[in-house]
Amino acid sequence: MDRRSFLRNTGFVAAGSLFVPAFMKPLEAMALDELSLYKNLVVVQLSGGNDGLNTVIPYGNDIYYQKRKSIAIKPEQIIKLNDMQGLNPNMAALQEIHDQGWMTIINDVGYPNPDRSHFRSMDIWQTGSESNQFLSTGWIGRYLDSNCQTCKFPYTAIEVDDSLSLAMKGQTKKGIALKDPAALFRNTNDPFFKAMLQNDKEHLDEDNLGYLYKTMIETSSSASYIQNTSKVYQSKATYPQSGFANQLKTVSKFISSGLKTRVYYVSLSGFDTHVNQIQQQGNLLKQYSEGMAAFLKDLKTNNKLEDTLVVTFSEFGRRVEQNASNGTDHGTANNMFIFGGRLKKQGIFNDAPNLGDLDTGDLKYQLDFRQVYGTILDKWLDVNNADILNKKFNTLDFI
Amino acid sequence: MSPKDNFYKVKHLYNRAGFGISYTDLHKLSRKNITKVIDGLLKEQKETDDITLIDSVASKQQLLMQAGLYSKKDLTDDEKKQRQEIVRMQNEKSRDLNVAWVEKMINTPNPLREKMTLFWHGHFACRSNNPMFAQQLNNIQRANGLGSFKTLLVEVSQSPAMLQYLNNQQNRKGKPNENFARELMELFTLGRGNYTEQDIKESARSFTGWMYDKDGSFIFRPNLHDAGTKTFFGKTGNFDGENIIDIILDKPETAEFISRKVYKFFVNDNPNEAHVKELATHFFNSKYNIAELMKKMFTSDWFYNPENVGSKIKSPVEFLVGLSREFYVTYNKPQVLIQLQSSLGQYLFNPPNVAGWPGGQSWIDSSSLMLRMRIPSLVLNDGEIDFSGKADPEDEAVIAQSRTATINANTKIKPKSYVDAKADWPKFLSTLPKGIKPVELAEFLLQPKLNEKIKGMVGDNKGLKSTSVELTSMPEYQLC
Repeated sequence: MDRRSFLRNTGFVAAGSLFVPAFMKPLEAMALDELSLYKNLVVVQLSGGNDGLNTVIPYGNDIYYQKRKSIAIKPEQIIKLNDMQGLNPNMAALQEIHDQGWMTIINDVGYPNPDRSHFRSMDIWQTGSESNQFLSTGWIGRYLDSNCQTCKFPYTAIEVDDSLSLAMKGQTKKGIALKDPAALFRNTNDPFFKAMLQNDKEHLDEDNLGYLYKTMIETSSSASYIQNTSKVYQSKATYPQSGFANQLKTVSKFISSGLKTRVYYVSLSGFDTHVNQIQQQGNLLKQYSEGMAAFLKDLKTNNKLEDTLVVTFSEFGRRVEQNASNGTDHGTANNMFIFGGRLKKQGIFNDAPNLGDLDTGDLKYQLDFRQVYGTILDKWLDVNNADILNKKFNTLDFI
Repeated sequence: MSPKDNFYKVKHLYNRAGFGISYTDLHKLSRKNITKVIDGLLKEQKETDDITLIDSVASKQQLLMQAGLYSKKDLTDDEKKQRQEIVRMQNEKSRDLNVAWVEKMINTPNPLREKMTLFWHGHFACRSNNPMFAQQLNNIQRANGLGSFKTLLVEVSQSPAMLQYLNNQQNRKGKPNENFARELMELFTLGRGNYTEQDIKESARSFTGWMYDKDGSFIFRPNLHDAGTKTFFGKTGNFDGENIIDIILDKPETAEFISRKVYKFFVNDNPNEAHVKELATHFFNSKYNIAELMKKMFTSDWFYNPENVGSKIKSPVEFLVGLSREFYVTYNKPQVLIQLQSSLGQYLFNPPNVAGWPGGQSWIDSSSLMLRMRIPSLVLNDGEIDFSGKADPEDEAVIAQSRTATINANTKIKPKSYVDAKADWPKFLSTLPKGIKPVELAEFLLQPKLNEKIKGMVGDNKGLKSTSVELTSMPEYQLC
């Protein structure tokens, strides 16, 4: 008895072939040249509000040491990137990545009237809204909605997780969430699921039932495509043992096997370090850096690093001054990490945060996060960022 | 009208006004006039029906203790432990409260009352990490859910949960915080485009001094209230908060905004503006009596039009509660209800933001639909859970404090788990008429009109139990 089958035990048998409407069948028909030069974006979300000041440490500024008496990282432990800033010692794995020129750090990214609630600020980052605006679609979702040349497939955006983030949901199109392509493939090939789709021509209209059937058909065709394209690929790279590294390993498998997906989304949780931050954040930064380094080197080996751009964000940074519990509380602007084989500006992109000019104890942002999104949309995903972000944002010169 | 027509009408009514209906009740009510059935649903409940899970005396004490601990600069290790313990207990109680409400919806004899509570829960969307505040707001929404919209609005506005969530606690004379005033007009009453920024500024001043005290009760603080003159929607006066609410309710746009939202929740995602206007006029003329609004809607012929039947996507909670009610499900580990809500995108008491859950097609993406289609076999047929869902952002601090939790949250390999629920099959089967055919069972369990494919799929007699699991796993079961 298979406890994983859709219905279990109802003895359902499907017959005949799966009906796939014409508009769902473009895969085989696609010209080979479209497969080359496929640019991928990988979005990495650090949930909980990563403390950027103990990640990229402004060791050259005395104020950092004054405000963080018990949690500041000593200068001799820091992996120095320039005279002012350096990496947390747990990020040693990224030293090599930095030296190769595959990494850019953008300092002080935020937005006007920052919100300190995890939920709300994550909402703002995922939807690309103003802080007093409520959008029900995500920025990548709206990229899918735009129906552009590079975003026409249902599997254009894949989140390696069990459920889909708001960032990936558009009005009419949504990304697909999956942790394990084989499991999704198995589910969509369940006799019951296939029987539901069989000969179902009448449901392809615009109403809600039509929408459910369309979602099922797209899930099924995406699952087959993803599984059949990626199953032959075997990575030779060694990844560290962590859930985060596993997600990246799956992404690498998809990219390296030539999947025509444009956007991948992964996340790492646990950054809300109000208490005893040093060990907890160190542990997470280690997972992040070692996973990321393995991923980037794997892509390099497969000649995919040039076609890949990785962007890391967190919903907010933390206050400049530490709290009484050897931790930090919710703050505002934060740094972002960009990785890839074709970075225009490598190392540190802009000035370190000005710790002497704070807004009631919080960093003032230099760059709006939507300038970073806008740059990626314009220069990497080849769409006009104003169509996605509702107004035009100036682009930056990191790619 | 033929009894069969009435059968479908009552079934539709109970799907929208409640969470479905048992065959026995459907059979019984089908013999009544539909107006009588509607009156039965709307009948005023004399007794209060509060959730009383969280003891207010103990919670208030805890609140006072917490306030004391937070105001101290240097805490001893014991005090730090105490503080952590309070947070841990609050999180645990918040989860218990969630489960208590879901179980109430599953078991309630007053489905419309819970459905209204669910509607207002999304309309006055709010998060509070204090479970007593959350319970209190939920009870306000239940007690007034079919009563006067004004009373409901005032009580919600004065609840500690909302005062805290929309920062009215920080709204003081000379230092106004406009958050509450803005959302009051944009999301709770008038809707975007029906007020100016100046109206927000002026009304924010009127709500200064609306606060809650140390033990979590509403209090008006005259010394923090801006008693000067304000000009609001062209009227000038020394307005306080309640005056502002009255002026807002004097505007027919408020009745229209609420009516449209009710229509979208109970009738159709795409509002028919003529029907909305009808409702709005009636609601306005009844001085914002919610029961009157609902009665007008349920007794309108258009409510039963084919385009409004079997055409709405159930919200995750409507789906879970409906399934559990239909099959008399008991959950041995009720916490699984939270996991399911969270994975399906509607974690009660944790709306995405003050605008609530967007609803409609936004409930459905490939993973949520696959999961919805698998849940009946998980719940009714003891299937294996092979998903884990994401951590809630508000749980990040808890995750951060526990190394093992962090590792679990980020690993892929999980022990096998099951929903561990029990459907009462004998009871369910006993409600069905003797000799019911599979196609008739399909007509009962599914709201959309049956097509040939479904008739064919259930045609061969594999037993009512298997047929039920099959039917509830269909995409058609996602609609009501």
